[in-house]
Amino acid sequence: MYNILIGGAAGQGVDTTCSILEKLLKQSGYHVFSVKDLMSRVRGGHNFTLIRFGSEAMASHSYILDGIVAFNQETVELHRHELKPDGFILCDSQLSVEGKDVIKIDMNAIAKKLGNPKVAGSILIGAILKIFGETLDHSRTVFAGAVKPEYLAINLQAVEIGYDSTAKQHAHNGGAYGAWMLLTGNQALALGAMAAGLKFYSAYPMSPSTSIMEYLAGKMTEAGIVVEQAEDEIAAINMAIGASFAGARAMTGTSGGGFCLMVEALGLSGMAEIPMVVADIQRPGPVTGLPTRTEQSDLNFAISAAHGEFPRMVIALKNHADAFYQTIRAFHMAEKYQIPVIILSDQYLADSSATVEPFDVRNSQVYRANDVLTDGEYLRYRLNGEAVSPRLLPGTSKGFVSADSDEHDERGRIIESAEMRVQMMDKRLSKLKKLEAELKEPEFIGDDSYDTLLIGWGSTYGPIKEAITILNHQTIHHFSALVFGDVYPLPVKRLNEKVVQAKQIINVEQNATGQIAKLIREQTGIMCTSSILKYDGRQISGEQIAAQVLKGGE
Amino acid sequence: MSSEEFCTYETAWCPGCGNFNILKCLKQSLEELGKDPHEVLLVAGIGQAAKTPQYLSANSFCGLHGRALPAAIAAKIANQKLTVVVNSGEGDSYGEGGNHFIHNIRRNVDITHFVHDNQIYGLTKGQASPTSNEGTVTDVQTEGSINTPFNPLLIAIAAGAGFVARAFSGNPEHLVSIMKQAILYKGYSLVDILQPCISFNKVNTFSYYKNRVYKLDDAYNSYDKITAMEKAMEFGDHIPLGVIYQEEKRSFHEKNKVLASGVPLVDQQQEGSLIEKYMQEFI
Repeated sequence: MYNILIGGAAGQGVDTTCSILEKLLKQSGYHVFSVKDLMSRVRGGHNFTLIRFGSEAMASHSYILDGIVAFNQETVELHRHELKPDGFILCDSQLSVEGKDVIKIDMNAIAKKLGNPKVAGSILIGAILKIFGETLDHSRTVFAGAVKPEYLAINLQAVEIGYDSTAKQHAHNGGAYGAWMLLTGNQALALGAMAAGLKFYSAYPMSPSTSIMEYLAGKMTEAGIVVEQAEDEIAAINMAIGASFAGARAMTGTSGGGFCLMVEALGLSGMAEIPMVVADIQRPGPVTGLPTRTEQSDLNFAISAAHGEFPRMVIALKNHADAFYQTIRAFHMAEKYQIPVIILSDQYLADSSATVEPFDVRNSQVYRANDVLTDGEYLRYRLNGEAVSPRLLPGTSKGFVSADSDEHDERGRIIESAEMRVQMMDKRLSKLKKLEAELKEPEFIGDDSYDTLLIGWGSTYGPIKEAITILNHQTIHHFSALVFGDVYPLPVKRLNEKVVQAKQIINVEQNATGQIAKLIREQTGIMCTSSILKYDGRQISGEQIAAQVLKGGE
Repeated sequence: MSSEEFCTYETAWCPGCGNFNILKCLKQSLEELGKDPHEVLLVAGIGQAAKTPQYLSANSFCGLHGRALPAAIAAKIANQKLTVVVNSGEGDSYGEGGNHFIHNIRRNVDITHFVHDNQIYGLTKGQASPTSNEGTVTDVQTEGSINTPFNPLLIAIAAGAGFVARAFSGNPEHLVSIMKQAILYKGYSLVDILQPCISFNKVNTFSYYKNRVYKLDDAYNSYDKITAMEKAMEFGDHIPLGVIYQEEKRSFHEKNKVLASGVPLVDQQQEGSLIEKYMQEFI
C-alpha cells in the first residue's frame, strides 16, 4: 500500500492533477482512497490531497507518507516530517529543497516550453506513474475524460516527458479494482437519491454540501429532476416539503449553519406528516466555523432540532457505499412513516474519493403509499389505531388533501380540542415505536476476544476499522469496535450485548464534547471509560486512533 | 363551469372582518373560472388571512409563518395541473416572508398570491405591520410607527413581476374580476387586497378605504412599466384599484427543461437504466 501527498496553493492545479492521478491508479487495478484538505479560499493558501492506493481494500486515509509531491515550497516544509525514511519528494527544480530523497523536474519551464504552463501537473502525473512502476496504458482514456479535446495531445506529451524524466522506485502491486467506481461521498449520496426516485432538490449553496446540488444539476434534464437553488435555506426546506406534499420525492441538503435555518420546517414535516429528507453535511461549527473542514458536531442538534415533540430519524453515513444505500433507505423511511429523515455526513466523507463496488440498484425500491381513494371522504390524518394514515396526493382524486402546521383533526383542519390534541400527538409519536423495529444495529468490527471496545458513529468508521487492525497487531490486548449508522432513534440491542465483556469503552468522535457517548449514556446508562476526541477540523486517521488508545485516551 | 361548487365552513374571524368578503370572492372567482375544487390547492402561512384555506373545500397546505410561497411554488412545480392560490396577510407575505416574496417574483412560477392587507397585525393582536402608515400607534409602536411603509406593488414591479394588482374587500365585484385575471395569468400574480381590521386598526377602517379608493379607468395603460411604477407610488388620499402592471413573461415551467413538456413532474417516469449509466461514468 502506498500513500502520497500532493500539495500546493489554491489555483495551482492540485485538485485536477489529483483527480486524474487517482483515476489512473484505480484503472490500473488499485484500490484508491483520497482525501482533500482545503483552505476556504479560491486562490493561494495551502491545499493538499492525500492519495492512498494498494492492492487491498482500505477504509480510510493515513498521514504516513511514501511520497510528497510539491507544487510549492510550503508543501515540503509542512509535511516533510510525515515522510517515511525511504520516502521521496517530487518537486519543481526551482524549489529550494535539498536531500537525497528529492527528485526535481524542471516542470514549470518544460510546461511553458510545451506551450501551456497548466500542464505542469501532467508532467508530475507522468513522473509519479514512473516512480510507482505504472505504465502509461490508461493515460489516453483517462485524460480524454478529464480535459477538453484540444488539450489532450499536449497533456499526453507532458505525461510522457514526466514519465521519462524519473526512475522507477516501486513495483506495481496489482489489484483487481479496475472495474470498480471511484467517487466521492457526496456523489454517492446524490446517486442514492436518484436511485430512490428523487424528483425535486432545493438547496442554498454551502460547503461542503454544494457538490450534491452540482452533481444533480448536471443530470437534471436527463433524469427529470428539478434542481432549484433557493434564496435561503428556509426556502429550500419549505420548497422540498411543498414538492413532497404534492407528490414529488424531495430532498434538501446543507451544512450545519444552513440546517440551523431549516429547523422550524423540520417540525412542519413532522407535524404535517410530509416525507422529507435533509442531508446535513457537517463542518466545524459553531456558526461559520471552519467552512472547508470536517467535524461530527451536529449529532445533538440533529436529534433535537426544532421545538415541540415529533418523530424523526437520523442516519449517519459511515462510508461511500453507505452514502448510496442509506440515502435510499432515508427516502424509504421518510415515505413509509411520513416523517423527516436527516442524513448526517461530513466534509471528510463528502469530499473524499473511494473505490467502491458498483452499487446494486435492484433493491432500491422506496416505499410507495397506496394513494388511491377507495370510498367516502378522505381523511389525511385518519385515526384508525395506526401510526401512519394512508397518503393521498392532492389533485389525483376526488379527495381533498389538507396539511396543517396547527394541531388538526383527521381532515387536517385547525382544532383546539384537548382530546384530539392528545390523539394526534400519540399517533405521530407512535411512529417512533414502529421505527425502532427497523433500526440497523451498529456495525461490530473485530472478534469476540476483546477487552476494549471502541465506539464511534458515521465517517469515523473507516479510521476506527483501521485502528482495530493496527491495535490487534501491535499489542497483546484485544480490541473491537461498534460503529453506529442509525443514531436516532438509537439502536441499543447490540450495544447492550457487547459492553458486557468490555473492561474499557472508548468513544472516538470528531467533536469536542463526546456527543455519541452522551447519547448512549442517556439512552442506556452505559458510560464510556475514556474518549478520543478530535475537533481541529482534520479527520482522525487509523494510526492516530491507535496511538491515542495506547496512550490511554483522555 | 365545474359542476361542483366550493363549500365554505364556519370561520373564526371577527364579525365584520374584510376576510369574509375575500373568502366569498375567492369562492366565486374559482367557480366562475370553472375550477374543479379537487385540482385547486390553497396555500397559506400563518395569520388571520392564512386561515382562508381552512374555510373552503379544496386541497390545502397551511404551513409556516412567512413560508407560504416556497411551499406553493414547489407544489406547482411538482404538479402543474394544480391551480395554486396563496392567501396570506401582509405580515406573512412581506414581513416574515419578504425574501421569498422578492425571489419568487423572479422565479415566476404560475401561482396566484392574494395578500390580505389590513396594515396591522391581527393574529398577534394589533402591532404594526410592514404596510402600516407612519405614525400608526400600537401597544408596541407606542409613539407611532417611525418606519417607512413597505410598498408591495412598487417592489413587485421593480423585481420583475408580470401581474401586479390592488383590490379592496369592500368592492367585491371588482375584487372578483381582479382575482379571476390574476388566477388566469400565466406566471406569478400578486394582488394586494386592502381590507379593514375592525378589531385592531381604528385608522384604516372600511370607510377610510371606501373614501379613498378609485378604480383605474380604461385610459390607464397597465402595460407601461414607468406609468405603473408611478401609479404604484400613489397611496394616501387617493388609492388606485385595478391591474397596476401586467406583462407577458415566460413562466418557470416554460423555461425549465424538465417541466416544459407539460407533463407534471409527479407523473414523469425515470428511465430505469439511468443509474447504471451514471455509475459507469465513475469507472
